[in-house]
Amino acid sequence: MRCFIGIDLGSTTTKAVLMDENLEILGRGITNSRSNYDTATAVTKQEARIGTRFTLFRKALESQARNGRAAIEAVIGDLERGFRLEQFLGQLEQLHQACARHAEDPRLADKKRAVAATLDEIFRRLRAEAPAMFAKGAARRSDFFRDNAGSRFVQIAEGLAKESGLAYEDLLHVYDKSIIEVESRVPEDDSADKFARGFARMTADGQAAFEPAALKRALDAALAVEIEETYVVGTGYGRVRLPFPKEHIRSEILCHGLGAHMMYPATRTVLDIGGQDTKGIQVDPTGIVENFQMNDRCAAGCGRYLGYIADEMNLGLHELGPMAMQATKVPRINSTCTVFAGAELRDRLALGEKREDILAGLHRAIMLRAMSIISRAGGIRDQFTFTGGVAKNAAAVRELRKLVKENYGEVHINIDPDSIYTGALGAATFARRAVN
Amino acid sequence: MSQKPPAADVVKEPSMLKQKEMIEANYERLSGAKAQGRKVASTFVPGNLNELIMCFDLANNLPEINAIQNGMRKKSGMLIMEAEKRGHSEDVCTYVKADLGMMAKGNLGPNGKPLPEPDVLLLSYTGCFTFMKWFELVREQYKCETLMLHVPYEGEGHATKSMRDYVVKQLKEVVIPGLEKVSGVKFDIDRLRQYLRESAKAEDDFVWVLESAKRRPSPIDAYFGGVYYIGPIFTAFRGTPDATEYYRLLRQEIAARIAQGQGPITPEGDFGQEKYRLVVEGPPNWTSFRDFWKMFHDEGAVVVASTYTKVGGLYDLGFRHDPDHPLESLADYCLGCYTNRNLPSRIDLIEKYVRDYEADGLLINSIKSCNSFSAGQLLVLREIERRTGKPAAFIETDLVDPRYFSAANVKNRLESYLQMIEQKRRGASPRAAA
Repeated sequence: MRCFIGIDLGSTTTKAVLMDENLEILGRGITNSRSNYDTATAVTKQEARIGTRFTLFRKALESQARNGRAAIEAVIGDLERGFRLEQFLGQLEQLHQACARHAEDPRLADKKRAVAATLDEIFRRLRAEAPAMFAKGAARRSDFFRDNAGSRFVQIAEGLAKESGLAYEDLLHVYDKSIIEVESRVPEDDSADKFARGFARMTADGQAAFEPAALKRALDAALAVEIEETYVVGTGYGRVRLPFPKEHIRSEILCHGLGAHMMYPATRTVLDIGGQDTKGIQVDPTGIVENFQMNDRCAAGCGRYLGYIADEMNLGLHELGPMAMQATKVPRINSTCTVFAGAELRDRLALGEKREDILAGLHRAIMLRAMSIISRAGGIRDQFTFTGGVAKNAAAVRELRKLVKENYGEVHINIDPDSIYTGALGAATFARRAVN
Repeated sequence: MSQKPPAADVVKEPSMLKQKEMIEANYERLSGAKAQGRKVASTFVPGNLNELIMCFDLANNLPEINAIQNGMRKKSGMLIMEAEKRGHSEDVCTYVKADLGMMAKGNLGPNGKPLPEPDVLLLSYTGCFTFMKWFELVREQYKCETLMLHVPYEGEGHATKSMRDYVVKQLKEVVIPGLEKVSGVKFDIDRLRQYLRESAKAEDDFVWVLESAKRRPSPIDAYFGGVYYIGPIFTAFRGTPDATEYYRLLRQEIAARIAQGQGPITPEGDFGQEKYRLVVEGPPNWTSFRDFWKMFHDEGAVVVASTYTKVGGLYDLGFRHDPDHPLESLADYCLGCYTNRNLPSRIDLIEKYVRDYEADGLLINSIKSCNSFSAGQLLVLREIERRTGKPAAFIETDLVDPRYFSAANVKNRLESYLQMIEQKRRGASPRAAA
């Protein structure tokens, strides 16, 4: 099957979209960009291929006409949980091996055996609790292995260090070295194997409506399809690092414009707030970019600003929006300087302002800056599509809606839950267009 | 994409070597001025009165050019920090700070020798308010004579007779007597006529060079190459046989390039295939000049016309220094330089360039530390888009402050802009291919 892949190498995450020749999205992949774009590209592509297998599996099930949608979703959900668990266990195994190697560090010579034993115990516990992490209805901290494994490793290690008389820092040091090593390695593509093992883990829940043999045939059919990388286009800040010839690289402005058009064909203005830049883009009715503005040397008011605030408040990035939604008033905050954000925050807390209110004010400040960039790009036209990581933040969206209404009246605003893939979608579309 | 092999050394043609000699000789003349008993005038580029200055045997020191030279030699960052240490804000024009920093650090010129203290500050152009403040600071330092020629702004888009008379009157009553007093040399109008005659010869060749960019492919880059081409005529050489000779050589070289169907020459060698033709508004960044240029020619983007190469005079609109009307033509020159034009006439000019030079669009390089000249540039951009239907884009850098040049950001915008042009050219619907 001819496939077209778009890769968006962002400063925070790397995204891939894989589509067929009819522009149908078959798979998506996302990973943290690390400081290694080559690995991030390979991993995200692998993820998009895995997503494609799931889509093909779904299609195979759909072709068995007697099965209802709910039954299909149950099967897919079940298989996906099993697959992700297998994937997690595989990565855990790699991490364990790397940790064991780093425990051989001469620095730890005198406590080598205690460290090795403690590591074995940490990983035993991590393996034991993994199935619960991927059980139906379980909430995970993140989509990335580093976050999920790391947070638990740290917690378990802290407890065990006390018991075994080891320095917690020694264990952390081993972990830090190992996670970097594991993350810089491109995992081998053994997804067929993982699918088989994930399949074996399927519960009665998923299989209820299907003949086991029919299910297996559908999966085998999905895995048998050859996914041909017909054309790949890269975009994003890391694009120069892609081992592609120049024709395979497009600016993210064009990719975001086209991606937004693909999601919402009536889009005329796009706002994208990413990790380190904010872009206002005008597109014509065919998705061609007519005009754009972006922040200049200063990244004030970009996604990273929220990341910094989250760090300062010791919160997860995804917790900021919900907390800001609890605000009872929105104080006026002018500074969107990322460097000053911490000082602004502490100053206001000291004055007795509520955290929720301050956060709401900060969200508004970001959106005011975004509005200024859009107005320099020619203002907001109907329809208006908001993309990028910040579009997932409910408080940011609420402030944006208010500001759009105040300044431009009634405008149809599109926000896609998968908007983080907009650039990659545009890139994949360019890839499709490059081949006739 | 350019396929040229990377060249270790910058490629130089005879005209470039000639200019290099001229600049070096001028700096030697300046650093040796006091020893030779020669008096020194400091003045600015827009609307400069080089021919008149030469009539009094004065050496001509141009602080903006010193700042540019220091910028290109990667010295300006340190000089700017020095000026900031002395209390000049981060928002002040970086030409000013580079100059003040240089003065504070021994006033060493690009040749490594101290520049002389000026005997007279000749402020012959007042369209940039910062110039006035700049010379106030320099005067404070050197306690020297200051001559101010007030040049009325062309608020209505053209100069009137009374404006011209006003400038001529000041030349007669303030500038010429002042320069006589400082130099001890009597003004000789025939000497001025002779210089102006020489200027006009060079100006003819200069315009021919600029207009050669109307051809396809353009044999020159009228911005990155253009800043070299304006060197002699905008600075201390206009009116000299050296300048005339420089433009004769340059014209010859460009005629040869045209005959061979060649594009512009770049520091990395010959330009590859011409893919985009741009008009550029705003000065270039000097601290990363070569990298900045490379971003363009790597993409096959050639600048066919620029407004920056008109800050020292709009010769391509027909102005020539006129030996038959010496003082009047000096007045017209001061009044007519690009920076003295109002916004509507700047827009008209850019529109004309986009059309006459068959450009794909307009790119504005907005200067972070130049508040007066950057104002209104977004309006210019919108209006040009509206009138020509060609895409325009905005990049932001600075003159000589290296801290304000973000290569990744500029490259990102430039590539986006060029790809936007490409996409518009194709005009294909994204769904059309599928």
